[in-house]
Amino acid sequence: MRVIVAVKRVVDYNVKVRVRSDGGGVDIANVKMSMNPFDEIAVEEAVRLKEAGVAAEVVVVSAGVAQCQETLRTALAMGADRAILIETNEELQPLAVAKLLNAIVDKEQPQLIIFGKQAIDDDSNQTGQMMAALASLPQATFASRLQIADGRAIVSREIDGGAETLSLALPAVVTTDLRLNEPRYVTLPNLMKAKKKPMETVRPEDLAVDVRPRLTTLRLAEPPKRCAGVIVPDVKTLVEKLKSEAKVL
Amino acid sequence: MNFDLNEDQQSIKASIEKVCEKFDDEYWLERDRSGEFPHDFHQTLAENGWLGIAMSPEYGGSGLGMTEAAVMMQTISASGAGLSGASAVHMNIFGLNPVQVFGSSAQKNRFLPPLIRGEDKACFAVTEPDAGLDTTHLKTQAVREGDHYVVTGRKIWISTAQVANKMLIIARTTALEKAAKPTDGLSLFYTDLDRSRVEVREIEKMGRKAVDSNMLFIDGLRVPIDDMIGEEGHGFKYLLHGLNPERILIASEAIGLGQAALRRATQYAKERVVFGRPIGQNQAIQHPLAQAWMQLEAANLMVMKAATLYDSGKPCGAEANSAKYLAAEAAFQSCQTAIATLGGMGYAKEYHVERYLRESFIPRLAPVSPQMIMCFIAEKVLGLPKSY
Repeated sequence: MRVIVAVKRVVDYNVKVRVRSDGGGVDIANVKMSMNPFDEIAVEEAVRLKEAGVAAEVVVVSAGVAQCQETLRTALAMGADRAILIETNEELQPLAVAKLLNAIVDKEQPQLIIFGKQAIDDDSNQTGQMMAALASLPQATFASRLQIADGRAIVSREIDGGAETLSLALPAVVTTDLRLNEPRYVTLPNLMKAKKKPMETVRPEDLAVDVRPRLTTLRLAEPPKRCAGVIVPDVKTLVEKLKSEAKVL
Repeated sequence: MNFDLNEDQQSIKASIEKVCEKFDDEYWLERDRSGEFPHDFHQTLAENGWLGIAMSPEYGGSGLGMTEAAVMMQTISASGAGLSGASAVHMNIFGLNPVQVFGSSAQKNRFLPPLIRGEDKACFAVTEPDAGLDTTHLKTQAVREGDHYVVTGRKIWISTAQVANKMLIIARTTALEKAAKPTDGLSLFYTDLDRSRVEVREIEKMGRKAVDSNMLFIDGLRVPIDDMIGEEGHGFKYLLHGLNPERILIASEAIGLGQAALRRATQYAKERVVFGRPIGQNQAIQHPLAQAWMQLEAANLMVMKAATLYDSGKPCGAEANSAKYLAAEAAFQSCQTAIATLGGMGYAKEYHVERYLRESFIPRLAPVSPQMIMCFIAEKVLGLPKSY
């Protein structure tokens, strides 16, 4: 069984981002970039499937600028077998990425496609779902547990009322939630081995996908600054302030 | 001249940063309070294959160079782990260089894999109370008795001896008077730290409490002849081989420490508002920070130059020593500036920078003083008469 994992290069979660002075986007010059944490969970899950003998091959795919190779290399060092970079300098929106991945899935014919549930930069939470729709595949989002048995994927997902368990016919799309697993560290020997693993580069044109943006960002603003708190002498004052100032009671 | 980190080096940096995230400032603050050795940190690095970064693949290492090791150590230090984090693994990264270069293949098979796997911890027993830099005047003796040497003497400033089970030790096998040259007659051993024969007494010190430094009182330690590295009497030469890598690594660790201090200070300068504006808007605050950055960057260029020379097999004595000097001074300046930037808060332990300042004295004082480096540069580079 072949598993495809989509990974995105995003601003590292430790970085405090700032809005560019022109308001058109986030300043990512000289900012640390890493693999989207939910995608790391996706890679980890795929590698575990391989280690358990369920998956035969794990292919990682990323779409974006040439530096996404670094992100793919991390995925290879975690245990993926080969990587595909869909290289473009265009701004990629979720629909474009879904189409690109759909083209790759068409070519590679995997049984399972794992996405992070969302990327921590734009928080769109769309790509996995749209890709599944484009490919007419069943999907289970926000997976907190994944099992493969008898040609089906059994997926537990956390929903408002509790836990839901779905059974999907393969091939299927799964998107990962935080609790699915805890990704491993990259070991130095595996980092060295990853250099020998194949990395293929294609362009959106090669896949005949139009990646032109369809959404326009009108404005980007920083969240309002939090003011310093005050210490109230007693509960009575607290209740009064909650009523009169905060107006939450 | 290429000043960019290559692919490997970038990946090493990113991967080490990831490992270090789990061991945050609070972890190191707590270790600095309790003095507990960071075993879990050491173990995590060992489990993920990092201790063998510069060791030969034949024995379980990754066969990378001093440049990569320097990147790794700088990243550890810069994460906020400082010298506490770096020193916890430092000796295991380069210390066994003489074993790797001069040991027999049987010795390498016996010694290197357990060290790389983190099962063994090694300390480096060279300096003595009566002989620091003056290594040829070491008094510890090893006397041959059948298939053993019996070692007696004292060692000082031996880091990690509280937790180590192995030590690389140098001792006189031929008395100084009988040796043809003062540098002859010293031999190197890598052997068990047998606590029934070696009393390890911790030295209370200014900083880096989590990684112990010790006095060693060695009384009749029996060392099998199989534990002698290379030939008898050539130990000094073997030891010299590891000096430049050691200077390069400690310089790189110092840079990391300075970067950690600068990061905290800069953050504070942006956030702390006095008289209606962040203090970082004042030139009296921002200029010293800018200066610290420039000094660290410049020193780092020398570190990387020395490492690159070493890895390409070229002489690097002047560069390795200069790197150690420049990096230590830059780190100290950065830590001092950080405290000044934080003001009173900089003096409080919970803001971490006072810990960095205390640690910044280690690369200034060890493994060689800044004055001795200047003597070396004056004599060996500028051709001035030897002054001591």
